[in-house]
Amino acid sequence: MTVTFPQKVLPWLLLLPQLLVTAIFFLWPAEQALEQAFYQEDAFGLSREFIGLENFADLFTDPLYYQSMLTTLVFSFSVAIVGMSLALLLAVMADRIIRGKLAYQTLLIWPYAVAPALAGVLWWILFDPSMGPIALWLKAAGVNWNHYLDGNQAMILVVIASTWKQISYNFLFFLAGLQAVPRSLIEAAAIDGASPFKRFWTIVFPLLSPTTFFLLVVNLVYAFFETFGVIDATTKGGPGQSTTTLVYKVFDDGFVGLDLGGSAAQSVVLMAIVGLMTVIQFRFIERKVQYS
Amino acid sequence: MHNLKLASVVVGLSMASSGFAATQIEWWHAMGGANGEKVDEMAKAFNDSQSDYEVKPVYKGNYTETMTSAIAAFRAKQQPAIVQVFEVGTASMMAAQGAIYPVYQLMKDSGQAFDESAYLSAVTGYYSNSEGQMLSMPFNSSTPVLYYNKDLFKKAGIDQAPKTWQDVESVSKKLLASGVTCGFTTAWQSWVQLENLSARHNVPFATLENGFGGVKTELTFNGPLQVAHISKMGEWQKNGIFSYSGRTNDGAAKFYSQECAMFTESSAGFAGIKRNATFDFGVTELPYWEGKVEQPSNTIIGGASLWVLQGHSKEEYKGVASFLSYLSKASVQADWHQFSGYLPITKAAYELTKEQGFYAANPGTETGVMQMTTGTPTENTKGLRLGNFVQIRGIIDEALESVWSGNVDAQTALNTAVERGNAQLRRFEKANN
Repeated sequence: MTVTFPQKVLPWLLLLPQLLVTAIFFLWPAEQALEQAFYQEDAFGLSREFIGLENFADLFTDPLYYQSMLTTLVFSFSVAIVGMSLALLLAVMADRIIRGKLAYQTLLIWPYAVAPALAGVLWWILFDPSMGPIALWLKAAGVNWNHYLDGNQAMILVVIASTWKQISYNFLFFLAGLQAVPRSLIEAAAIDGASPFKRFWTIVFPLLSPTTFFLLVVNLVYAFFETFGVIDATTKGGPGQSTTTLVYKVFDDGFVGLDLGGSAAQSVVLMAIVGLMTVIQFRFIERKVQYS
Repeated sequence: MHNLKLASVVVGLSMASSGFAATQIEWWHAMGGANGEKVDEMAKAFNDSQSDYEVKPVYKGNYTETMTSAIAAFRAKQQPAIVQVFEVGTASMMAAQGAIYPVYQLMKDSGQAFDESAYLSAVTGYYSNSEGQMLSMPFNSSTPVLYYNKDLFKKAGIDQAPKTWQDVESVSKKLLASGVTCGFTTAWQSWVQLENLSARHNVPFATLENGFGGVKTELTFNGPLQVAHISKMGEWQKNGIFSYSGRTNDGAAKFYSQECAMFTESSAGFAGIKRNATFDFGVTELPYWEGKVEQPSNTIIGGASLWVLQGHSKEEYKGVASFLSYLSKASVQADWHQFSGYLPITKAAYELTKEQGFYAANPGTETGVMQMTTGTPTENTKGLRLGNFVQIRGIIDEALESVWSGNVDAQTALNTAVERGNAQLRRFEKANN
């Protein structure tokens, strides 16, 4: 059954605020970036020259750009997978708690309210090679922690700092998903003699798949786009280029290096990559999702 | 009721202070913490000294953030009259001819007495054009020196501060033998270990007088001297003589905790070290390689200068000019120098500080000044004027890190950095032609 509104204007009027926000904060900047990508401009905007695809050519002939893509993939999938697994574990445990449920849940949601850069600084202090408590414990345990020098350790640090915040968000959705799983199904399986582990994998987890899928998309987009604050506060993309993700490079070249054209070209490429990823996710992974 | 009374007093006070029509001058700066408070104090002292102009300092974050916001503001036609820009942004500012109001021109147009020879040439050289005219006003300049832990030195039986890198090596070996975990660490590795290394040995960092001769400059820091030094440091990183601690000045923590006995850092780090060191420390000049140079040259500066931006009224510029003259006054300069550890920018301020007995009372504070003013600056020691220098520093950081981690040898790393840096210079040349 289709609902028809007698009014033609009202629906548009109701949509207007959202459309305006989208146009002003998303479409317009995207168009600007697209235009900027074909120009070379000095920082002050005093002169501007159309250079066609040169900015893109510069990018794709730079071996470091491909390396940054690889870094981004490693980083993003690590953040998504680690963040989601931990959140699921915490959600399953929090779901079982009967007493003090609210307190646990609130505490677990809290980190989401911390600003990314602040989260970065927090972890940066904890892991500082010469005075950070965690670094000192690691040293005592025989791990020579120095993320200023060791690219892999730097990567671990930015993954931890970026994941930590995201766990809260994932946790909230998993918890809601868990609470929507009908008790009767689980009880029936229990009566049939299925172990708790089996009940989780064959009943609960498949029913959570829409949530999991949604979170995968959201987490990857988060890791791709919103983590430059954390990276800037912890490693500044170093050592070498081992934690320079694509979005950090956009920030660094554009706002630190003041190379607007090159930075715009990078953001256009990034837009295309995320568009492509979302299409792939919806076409191939979503098929495996059971919505009901 | 009580609050209301208080509020009316506050309102009354603020009306009293802004009641007359003083021309407002905005000054964007990057001085946080104690230096930021000092900046406010300096502006207030100027405002109190006359009634025509009111300088309003606004803290805009770190150097990069300050410069980026000023540029963004310029594009939106909301720029401040004065902005503090760090030394690596100099070439970008200079190239933006329609955006800046050169200081020498400003002083002339507003009829302020302005004698360029009163300033220390090693400082102003960095900010002058090829005719020697000052384009911006130096504000906070510093230069790298070596800080050393006297207590640890004593324990290891060393009685003299190292003068050369050979000394640093032998001293470090003694220190390590006495149980210290690291000989030295450095802040701002590109600035100290490459840019100033080159200047100290009077070796070019880039062609065309280190870029002063035009935008066609090319990097040359992969020469034998630099390669030998970086290669040696890579070796030292392995055996504990050197310990890398990041791209900025985070290494201070290792010096404070007495993990490292020596620290090459800006002369402006003095105040921080004095506050945090729980031990007796000394300051000495930046080491050089014995045998590579007869008489080490002056080092080059870091820090920032004040740029005047276009797009304001004549009246405002008159205020800017009188404020810049005020800042150059010997008493103001000497006070800023003694408070912050930045170098004095005029000879008079240096003399005044000496007269006041500050150097005698605070040993080590004169080291930077002495080192800056040795001899006449040559084309290799005047400074660096490179476009996209922020990115080039990043490229150098990456190259050096690859040497410290032992992945690449010094020659290869510096060759790559030169090649990548030159690509940045060509981009800058194209964008600013």
